[in-house]
Amino acid sequence: MTDNFDPADAALPPLADRAIVLQARADDWRDAVRLAGDALVDCGCATTEYTEAMVRMVDDHGPYIVIAPGLALAHARPGPEVRRDGLSVVTLATPVSFGHAHNDPVRVVIGLAVHAPDAHLTSVAALANVFNDSSAIQAIADATSRDQVRDILDARRPAS
Amino acid sequence: MKIVAICGAGIGSSGILKVNAERVLQRLGLSATVVAADVSSVQRVAADAQVILTSAEFVEAIGSTRAETIVIENYFDTDELARKIEAAIG
Repeated sequence: MTDNFDPADAALPPLADRAIVLQARADDWRDAVRLAGDALVDCGCATTEYTEAMVRMVDDHGPYIVIAPGLALAHARPGPEVRRDGLSVVTLATPVSFGHAHNDPVRVVIGLAVHAPDAHLTSVAALANVFNDSSAIQAIADATSRDQVRDILDARRPAS
Repeated sequence: MKIVAICGAGIGSSGILKVNAERVLQRLGLSATVVAADVSSVQRVAADAQVILTSAEFVEAIGSTRAETIVIENYFDTDELARKIEAAIG
């Protein structure tokens, strides 16, 4: 953390419409992670290889990406599969089990693509600002519009 | 005092743990450096650490270290983090 950066002020990058997918259907956790990956691809943040790398993280290490009750933070390593830093948000019409001991079932999947490890702490701090409020996951799961999701995340609409 | 947050990629979930651990340390009035790293580099990064924060999935892969390994269930529950960090180093 740099000296002049206050993590309490961190804000998320603008969220394009294509980065937000509401009430999607997923048969299993792979589907759910791929939906978050597809949204990252759709908004130009990552390639399809990044999506498969996100799935592989869970295949290799288990369901640790389910970091809070109802929430999966899908991500893989920074690399050439990431075109630019970005987030996607997917809510699931039907909750999906990832096999996590405490935090299943998942209703919200956040896809995270970062270009370089050091640069990502701002968006991660912004995610903490939002989700340290324990009501945020439920509120996003229940959102019926993209603007509701942006409001909860305190993320702007991108300039068009 | 050094704390290492471990996940599979060294970004993302370990970043959340780092950010929230720093907030909790400030709240508890404790001073420590918190570093996020991926599980494959744990032996090197955690060689001089007192505490490792991680998920249950990584405990076996982290293996034996001089640091105390603490499993966090809800990364956004700063009360859980505070309780477990304070028990380890407070």
